[in-house]
Amino acid sequence: MKGRRSSSDSSSSSKTKKPQYSKFTQQELSACKPILTPGYVIGIFIIVGVIFIPVGIISLFASENVVEIVDRYDEGCIPPNYSDDMLAYIQNSDTNKTCTRSLKATKLMKSPVYIYYQLDNFYQNHRRYVKSRNDKQLWSKKHEDETKNCAPEATSNGLSIVPCGLIAWSLFNDSYGFSIKNKMVKVSKKNIAWESDKKHKFGSDVYPKNFQNGVLIGGGKLNSSIPLSKQEALIVWMRTAALPTFRKLYGRIESDIQANDSVTVIIENNYNTYSFGGKKKLVLSTTTWIGGKNDFLGIAYITVGGLCLFLAISFILVYVVMPRPLGDPAFLSWNRHPAGHQI
Amino acid sequence: MAGNRRKKHHFSRIHAFSCGKTSFKGDHSLIGGPGFSRVVHCNDPESFEASVLNYSGNYVRTTKYTLATFFPKALFEQFRRVANVYFLICAILSFTPLSPYSAVSNVLPLVVVIGATMGKEVLEDWRRKKQDIEVNNRKVKVHCGEGAFDYTKWRDLKVGDVVKVEKDEFFPADLILLSSSYEEAICYVETTNLDGETNLKLKQALDATSNMHEDSNFQNFKAIIRCEDPNANLYTFVGSLELEEQQYPLTPQQLLLRDSKLRNTDCIYGAVIFTGRDTKVFQNSTGPPSKRSKVERRMDKIIYFLFGILVLMSFIGSIFFGIATREDLQDGKMKRWYLRPDDTTAYYDPKRAAVAAVLHFLTALMLYGYLIPISLYVSIEIVKILQSIFINQDLHMYYEETDKPARARTSNLNEELGQVDTILSDKTGTLTCNSMEFIKCSIAGTSYGRGVTEVERAMARRKGSPLEEEVTEEQEDKASIKGFNFEDERIMNGSWVNEPHADVIQKFLRLLAICHTALPEVDEENGKISYEAESPDEAAFVIAARELGFEFYERTQTSISVHELDPVTGTKVERSYSLLNVLEFSSSRKRMSVIVRSEEGTLLLLSKGADSVMFERLAENGREFEEQTKEHINEYADAGLRTLILAYRELDEKEYKQFNEEFTEAKNSVSADREELAEEIAEKIEKNLILLGATAVEDKLQNGVPECIDKLAQAGIKLWVLTGDKMETAINIGFACSLLRQGMRQVIISSETPESKTLEKSEDKSAAAAALKASVLHQLIRGKELLDSSNESLGPLALIIDGKSLTYALEDDVKDLFLELAIGCASVICCRSSPKQKALVTRLVKTKTSSTTLAIGDGANDVGMLQEADIGVGISGVEGMQAVMSSDIAIAQFRFLERLLLVHGHWCYRRISSMICYFFYKNIAFGFTLFFFEAYASFSGQPVYNDWFLSLYNVFFTSLPVIALGVFDQDVSARFCLKFAFPFVTVPSVIPRRCTEYPV
Repeated sequence: MKGRRSSSDSSSSSKTKKPQYSKFTQQELSACKPILTPGYVIGIFIIVGVIFIPVGIISLFASENVVEIVDRYDEGCIPPNYSDDMLAYIQNSDTNKTCTRSLKATKLMKSPVYIYYQLDNFYQNHRRYVKSRNDKQLWSKKHEDETKNCAPEATSNGLSIVPCGLIAWSLFNDSYGFSIKNKMVKVSKKNIAWESDKKHKFGSDVYPKNFQNGVLIGGGKLNSSIPLSKQEALIVWMRTAALPTFRKLYGRIESDIQANDSVTVIIENNYNTYSFGGKKKLVLSTTTWIGGKNDFLGIAYITVGGLCLFLAISFILVYVVMPRPLGDPAFLSWNRHPAGHQI
Repeated sequence: MAGNRRKKHHFSRIHAFSCGKTSFKGDHSLIGGPGFSRVVHCNDPESFEASVLNYSGNYVRTTKYTLATFFPKALFEQFRRVANVYFLICAILSFTPLSPYSAVSNVLPLVVVIGATMGKEVLEDWRRKKQDIEVNNRKVKVHCGEGAFDYTKWRDLKVGDVVKVEKDEFFPADLILLSSSYEEAICYVETTNLDGETNLKLKQALDATSNMHEDSNFQNFKAIIRCEDPNANLYTFVGSLELEEQQYPLTPQQLLLRDSKLRNTDCIYGAVIFTGRDTKVFQNSTGPPSKRSKVERRMDKIIYFLFGILVLMSFIGSIFFGIATREDLQDGKMKRWYLRPDDTTAYYDPKRAAVAAVLHFLTALMLYGYLIPISLYVSIEIVKILQSIFINQDLHMYYEETDKPARARTSNLNEELGQVDTILSDKTGTLTCNSMEFIKCSIAGTSYGRGVTEVERAMARRKGSPLEEEVTEEQEDKASIKGFNFEDERIMNGSWVNEPHADVIQKFLRLLAICHTALPEVDEENGKISYEAESPDEAAFVIAARELGFEFYERTQTSISVHELDPVTGTKVERSYSLLNVLEFSSSRKRMSVIVRSEEGTLLLLSKGADSVMFERLAENGREFEEQTKEHINEYADAGLRTLILAYRELDEKEYKQFNEEFTEAKNSVSADREELAEEIAEKIEKNLILLGATAVEDKLQNGVPECIDKLAQAGIKLWVLTGDKMETAINIGFACSLLRQGMRQVIISSETPESKTLEKSEDKSAAAAALKASVLHQLIRGKELLDSSNESLGPLALIIDGKSLTYALEDDVKDLFLELAIGCASVICCRSSPKQKALVTRLVKTKTSSTTLAIGDGANDVGMLQEADIGVGISGVEGMQAVMSSDIAIAQFRFLERLLLVHGHWCYRRISSMICYFFYKNIAFGFTLFFFEAYASFSGQPVYNDWFLSLYNVFFTSLPVIALGVFDQDVSARFCLKFAFPFVTVPSVIPRRCTEYPV
């Protein structure tokens, strides 16, 4: 090998078509191809198991530390006389929509306590719905009349709607008021939207116009004297959810809720989820380093880790009970079927 | 003038059998009829009659595309791929509201992919274009009026032009020989590029035109040639020449084919009859086909399958979407009011939910398009180009002597190399290096010559004897003489005089120096003599005689002069023998003889021939060494050598006189059986011979050929040899390269049997053909019976078939039988096959067995075969470049095939297969997430990812890892690929088939 190499070096100076020698061009670069012997396999499984199970336990523990109160109120907020025709109740503008719910904190909820509304069976990810907005219009006053893609909520009485489209039109408009021990709790609705949305997607000089004044009223109305960049509830709503069951941030309670405190919620139950059978839930939740309440990650880690350990143990058993020599050519297919090749 | 007459005389003597008057008979009556309608106005291409005929020019094009056809043709090529058609439709649809993605993000990947592939096509075609330009701009002298000849480019030649071709030039088109620098208007032609044979062929012009030796003779020359239409048959030609209102028949004897070379003749004049595409060599070549590898075809099937899944997924989605849409509005009540189902477009209209569902189906087809890997093809192209760079760079396939590395010319077929099942190989220049070497001889029952043949070396290696090393050392310090590889101190340098049978040795060497038809060429400067012979064997004999002290240096009309070593004085003496008769070699006679009168006045008949005909002609008193010689001959044959028996006889005056009279009469007779008559008479005198000995010539194999063939056989690859050579030669080579072995039973199918000879003579051509076919069929059936009945102990079969039989064997009703027999045989040799037949055999194997075929060859005669096979490998030897130009991969030596197939083929195949799997994996994994998401978006067609992320996923984000896998991955190192060649025969699995297992 070495001899050939040196001879090639000496002759390559003259003008020949001889390929230059290099380990790369000759495909002789040293390579490592680990052979999965039982030892390696068992070792890797044990390591994975040993790492994953504690990680899973820690994650699960963190998730358990989150205090979460979920209250489904769509059915409970219907007066008994309307319980047969909930749709009539919600569509009738004359009925009293106010509804009082009482929640119990089981543990201490440290501030900030996040308030979410959770909708169910609501397809914010429907293609027609997702496309029904105009980002140009939302961003700049210049493009106020740009209502492409917004049909059928593009114009009203010949004037273009700002913000146009089905998403804005169907803005969620239930509202919540909180009191603990008959004392009103302040709810902050600032800084609930993405910073980038406020700065780069919704214009500070764009004001709502002709909004919700058509024949069919969809969801909430907007204060036409506040620019879109400040309408955080709208911004949150306009960031459409990927799945039909979703939570959106409503606001924050900036004070602790003590354990066993009874929280009274006064709900303006305006939003129609009854026609499509969707649920409405109010969620109060604290956060930890792992985020909100989510056991999945911890369970996944523990399952995979457990599986690895199980496999490691089974392989050890197999290896002990039925050992077989490594690299035995007798196991190669052409040796198992000697008739397979005739030379 | 005297010199001219002398030349005339001696050629008519040497070619005693071949010269004679031609007459109108048989096929010539067809002239003017259908298929024989061509009319050529010689020397008058501008005339009105000629311009009416409007024959095509001499411009040739081997490129796939022209400027005008590039776009339509290249695009068509691209959209032959079903996936590309799909993406095109998607791209068009993406401009409608149906599309889930933006139009640009849909079109751009397609443009990138198609653009890259077409760019590659342009590059490849450009290389061919450059070669075309070179050929078309070669120059030749053309008569331009007033008896003056001027240089014109080949491309500007027209039918009817009279051209002057000089020594060692290629003929620019198919020509009719009008005259040459020889008085008798003969010329020598080398047709290596056409049929791979290196011997010179003799062509002779008609007497009527043979006297035009000067340029000025052509000033007023006018003739009309009527002949057959352009066709692919190299060995037939029918036509007539009308000169001064006289009709003369034209035969292949006057036809000079394009791409053959004028040799040994100062110049010739010829009339152009076929140009450009009409020439026989181009008629023989089929256009460059676009080859596609099997893996690629398999890949297409997988893509079809994915299409099935795509349609199914879309269909399911559409049903759910249709149901959900219809329910949105019932009795005027809106369900999902936020979608405004009361005021919507056709795409979401609950009142016409069925229409919406159908439209959604189209949307879904585009949405799930990521199941189909758009960049798969372009990634594969890139990978293959990189793989070919590795092939080109491989030092193990670089041939120092000719400074030629391997070159993958089309990168399409790299992985196909790993699947080769049958190799169809040319012989001359491919297996052999196309030179004969005198290596051994047996004189007076003693064997001389210590040279070791390739076959012996291969055998020794198999037995593990240390013979090999000794030999290689010995070889190095020997000054090599082309055609001579003889090493024996007992008779070299004149020491033969001390051997026991010195007189026999003297006669033996003298015979070698005299009994031939070679011409000496004396180098003016150093006085060295080289020989121009009709076949390389003959050259080897004369060279051997020269090296052993009997230097043949002059040939005149009646004499042959030789420098001889005088055994008594030990000095060189000049001896001259008067040459009386030459009894030519023919394949039926299998011998040649000369009759000479020595200076002492004794009449000698010197004869050399095949053992099968020579031993029966020995005299009772001439069999002294018969036993030993036979033994030696068998040894030589086992060593893969071609043997000839040498014998002589002294004639008495009376016998010779009678013979000469009869022979001259026979030669001069005009009857059709003139040749047979002459043969018969020659037969009478070639008897009662006295055996001198035997020669053994090695048709020198290229280095490492037997080992390579062995290795390929181990890997389960079959080798067929298709050659233009004689059957005997082909069989010899078969032995030499260990394709045939002792103990193999040979099934020989030949049309050169005596019965078929008589059949051919008969007037009724169709009956003769039918009878011949019946005989071939019969032989095939017998062979098949042998094959069916054979058991292991009798040894494997080898099939040897000649060209004429092959013609019948390839006919539709017989070819299945032929193929069955051929597949059953361990080795197959087809001899005397024309380029077209080679291509036909290749096609037969390819289509009927659906296995991957690889054709390997070096001459223009192999072009058809190379193009027909799944992979064409050209040997970039010393000869023309035609084979290389039409090959897919060019290598310098046959033995590199081993590395090409077993290492690169294996790697490329595995790489491409795993890369394709990887590709489908990543796309299916990706495509299905889109589908799963739809289930959560009520199948509305909303993609889960951003448009640009989607379109770049394939083209950019995930392409590098796959390409890296396709270029660099090695399951086993090159060393193990070669060592464990046998895993190539493992049972085919889904995709990776060979050498996928290795001991852990």
